[in-house]
Amino acid sequence: MKRWSKYIGKRLFYMALTLLIIASATFFLMNVLPGTPYNNQDRLTAAQLEMLNKKYGFDQPLFQRYINYLKNILHGDFGISLQFSDQPVATLLSQRMGPSIQLGLQAVLFGTVVGVFLGVIAAMHQNKFLDVFCSLFAITGRSVPNFVVAVLLQLLFAITLNWLPIGLWNEGFRSTILPTLALSISPMAESCRFIRTEMVEVLSSDYIELARAKGMSEIRIAFSHGLRNALIPLITVLGPMTVSLMTGSLVVENIFAVPGIGEQFTKSILSNDYYTIMAVTILFSALLVAVIFLTDILYQIIDPRVRVEGAK
Amino acid sequence: MAEKVLEVRRLSVSFDTYAGKVQAVRDISFELKRGETLALVGESGCGKSVTCRSIMGLLAKNAKVEGGEILFENRDLLKLSNSAMRSTRGGKIAMIFQDPMTSLDPTMKIGKQIAETVRLHKPVTRAAAKQRAVELLALVGIEEPEKRYHQYPHEFSGGQRQRIVIAIALAADPQILIADEPTTALDVTMQAQILDLIKEIQKKTGASVIFITHDLGVVANVADRVAVMYAGRIIEIGQADEVFYDPRHPYTWGLLASMPTLTTNDETLYAIPGTPPTLIDPAPGDAFAPRNPWALEADRLAEPPLFPVSDTHFAATWLLDERAPKIDPPESIVLRAQAFRKRQSERSASL
Repeated sequence: MKRWSKYIGKRLFYMALTLLIIASATFFLMNVLPGTPYNNQDRLTAAQLEMLNKKYGFDQPLFQRYINYLKNILHGDFGISLQFSDQPVATLLSQRMGPSIQLGLQAVLFGTVVGVFLGVIAAMHQNKFLDVFCSLFAITGRSVPNFVVAVLLQLLFAITLNWLPIGLWNEGFRSTILPTLALSISPMAESCRFIRTEMVEVLSSDYIELARAKGMSEIRIAFSHGLRNALIPLITVLGPMTVSLMTGSLVVENIFAVPGIGEQFTKSILSNDYYTIMAVTILFSALLVAVIFLTDILYQIIDPRVRVEGAK
Repeated sequence: MAEKVLEVRRLSVSFDTYAGKVQAVRDISFELKRGETLALVGESGCGKSVTCRSIMGLLAKNAKVEGGEILFENRDLLKLSNSAMRSTRGGKIAMIFQDPMTSLDPTMKIGKQIAETVRLHKPVTRAAAKQRAVELLALVGIEEPEKRYHQYPHEFSGGQRQRIVIAIALAADPQILIADEPTTALDVTMQAQILDLIKEIQKKTGASVIFITHDLGVVANVADRVAVMYAGRIIEIGQADEVFYDPRHPYTWGLLASMPTLTTNDETLYAIPGTPPTLIDPAPGDAFAPRNPWALEADRLAEPPLFPVSDTHFAATWLLDERAPKIDPPESIVLRAQAFRKRQSERSASL
């Protein structure tokens, strides 16, 4: 237990350090962006500009602003949005985070479970019809952009069949089904392809041969010995995939008119909304770092060969 | 004479490959008696592993049984359905694999891997299976079996892992144990321990063992009978003493001569010239003829049958035909036999 707490403490320190570096780099890079947060600058007088700059603290030297910003973050103050009538960034984002995270998680969960299942089936029927079918599906899923899938899903389930709402976020779970499906295509295809490759390798290994020699049936071998070993590498891919789905579903969010975070991000970059850019960047990075951390922990639980450094 | 537990009759197995059909096992027959150890000896690719995999029903997908039968408990194993074969495999006939480092599932507790096998073949509760697994661990010489039940393969050494693989093989009290080069991947001291363990287990359980190896030193240590295989055929079979000290086939001579002994004085060790033939469209005649300095004209024309040397000893070489010229085996073989007879007579004298 002590080893674990030491390990986790160490990891948390490095996570914080990573975030600090990312935040700093973003802060300085952002200030190199052309333009200012004021979209009607041409019509502002020098005095007005000076006043605005003073109000938002842009009159101070860059480094001073950097220090101030970090201090504020430590107090949980992410600043105020410059584009939405001075709303605090934190409020703005927290309102929008829910749908994005929900969609991302649902898509990863559904996509991976189905993808893994298809991958196992494909591996068990290597080079036969089912395998070719699953591979075709995986290739299609990887190559067709999710916004195309989104529109097709809308056409089929919302317009032709009229089973599900075409968009918006006002019918609870029903509203989430189509965007989840659209987003899940990519993790589904990815994990199908990944698990197939891993399983083909695992199924030809000596311990699977031993399991066969025990008199076990092929299906039991695949799921009790095969999948267990094939899943381990998938976990590493899964973490970043989850984050990118939680944060990178911009287009799909737009198509389904989901009030998510992706849309917010693009808008803030286009309008030089410094504090929102910073907050979203830090949020995404924190999610990514946290997921990588969780992946490592999970890895150690699943794969007994990977142990906390210094253990044993 | 002990009863037969397994009989292989005229078994032929081939593989479809891109290069053509490889005749890996060509018309071999042998039987296994209760409680005995039969060693299958030969170099890589001679068909010894394929023979055993046929018995286990574990042939690769591109393998095809061309003919023959494998009789076990009055049934032809080659004709069993998949599910019937599964209950035999691992239950009544179990296998010990070559490489203990890769034979165990790295993500599963070793105890569970044993208990799982127990439960596959016996209608017992989880707790009983676990109890049995702990007993098996103790039987194969793993210390503190209760504690080690919960450990993973990477926490064991190579020798210990091979003990665990043996425990898995023993899980369902098999009548036949097939050991496919069980000591090849181990260092020499470990080899001796594992061989002793297999012998000890055989004594306790009365199981018959088919021992595949290319190491004649190992054979001398464990085998009651020896079958020498070459190019998919059994070319000499007999009691271990007969094959070791009165070999009749030139290939067996070559094998024995290429094995160093304590009395070997020569600077260089004998090697059989040439390489084994490919088994795609083998040439007519004795497959060993091209490498055989004693080859006769007949060897190139027709495959020799197994000539009886004694009731238990057979060799497939035309040299044993009555029309063949009398040829003495190489000197080292003669010396070996003389040394053996001397020891035997000393032993009987001292008794």
